[in-house]
Amino acid sequence: MRTFTIPVAILFAAALWAGTWPAAAGESYLVVFTDNRLDPAELHVPAGAPFELVVRNADATPEEFESHDLDLEKVIPGGTEARFDIDALEPGRYEIFGEFHPDTAQGVIVAD
Amino acid sequence: MLGAAIILFREVLEASLVIGIVMAATRGLDGRGRWVLGGIGGGVLGAMVVALFAGAIASAVAGAGQELFNAAVLFAAVAMLGWHNVWMTRHGREIAGQVAATGHAVKAGERPLYALAAVVGLATLREGSEVVLFLYGIALGSSSTAPELAMGAALGLAGGAALGFAIYWGLIHVPMRHLFTVTGWMLLLLAAGMAAQGAGYLVRAGILPTLGKRIWDSAWLLPEDGVIGQILHVLIGYDDRPNGMQFLAWLATVAIIGLLMRRFGRAEGVPRVAAVSGE
Repeated sequence: MRTFTIPVAILFAAALWAGTWPAAAGESYLVVFTDNRLDPAELHVPAGAPFELVVRNADATPEEFESHDLDLEKVIPGGTEARFDIDALEPGRYEIFGEFHPDTAQGVIVAD
Repeated sequence: MLGAAIILFREVLEASLVIGIVMAATRGLDGRGRWVLGGIGGGVLGAMVVALFAGAIASAVAGAGQELFNAAVLFAAVAMLGWHNVWMTRHGREIAGQVAATGHAVKAGERPLYALAAVVGLATLREGSEVVLFLYGIALGSSSTAPELAMGAALGLAGGAALGFAIYWGLIHVPMRHLFTVTGWMLLLLAAGMAAQGAGYLVRAGILPTLGKRIWDSAWLLPEDGVIGQILHVLIGYDDRPNGMQFLAWLATVAIIGLLMRRFGRAEGVPRVAAVSGE
């Protein structure tokens, strides 16, 4: 077993040292689900700076907020909101959407 | 309608494939249907309870409740799968031998069927709660498209279930002497994929470090939200843009369960000939 103890310990140490813990959030930005749409449908944020994304569900029904590009996924019950700390983004377009209403609830975060 | 079908298909897929593999992995055992049905029933009930308390769960632990809950469910399933696999490496051959010799189902005896029933229940619970919330939204929404959405949902459910049947059908055509080896590997990869997903939730909750945000990007080749990507995501834990922690969790699960299977998975009374290279 000893042969395994050392690599495992190294992995753990690497995990702790190299870890990129969520950066402290800067500016806060809000998107709102209303009538199963995202408002604003296009949110502009500065590239290269961490920020906080607040997603509010103003509808009565639950929504699942998702973004493959930003690796986000969270069920947001009606009338509540969720907060996400987003690390600094490269300039570009990052799609966000509501999984329960994919036909209408589509949006994009543009980092520029 | 298509949107609703796709959502249901995606959400049902994981539970459906897990059930298909578990049914194959318990082939030849008395009472497996009851255990698996019990797992599904318990999972559906649990999903409703989770959906009911979705608001409370989401706001718990400084907003990280949902992530922690999902991670806990996934890691519990990983533990059950690991336990089952270790047990099976010890006893699988006897069971296969008995079934082949007599052609009859054997008494489950001490075999931990409850472990696999729990895995089925946990898989149903986790994805099921999202299905419940989605259907609740349809039922509550006053939109005139509700019947159409319900129709789409039914189609998606049927499609997801069909894939579960397909994998079961394929597996029962594996010769009995190889069956438990094949299902053992599938359950091991299933566990590794679940551990990677669980690690992903803990990263999102800010509990584990990322270890590299996107260690590869194969979305152009095989997108994870496509049908094949989704199936591979469930079966082997495929992720088109994993972070380092998810990859580490996947490797660690395969290594740890694999090691335990080698270490403890020898039938009693069988000479430990193969042990030389194992230690």
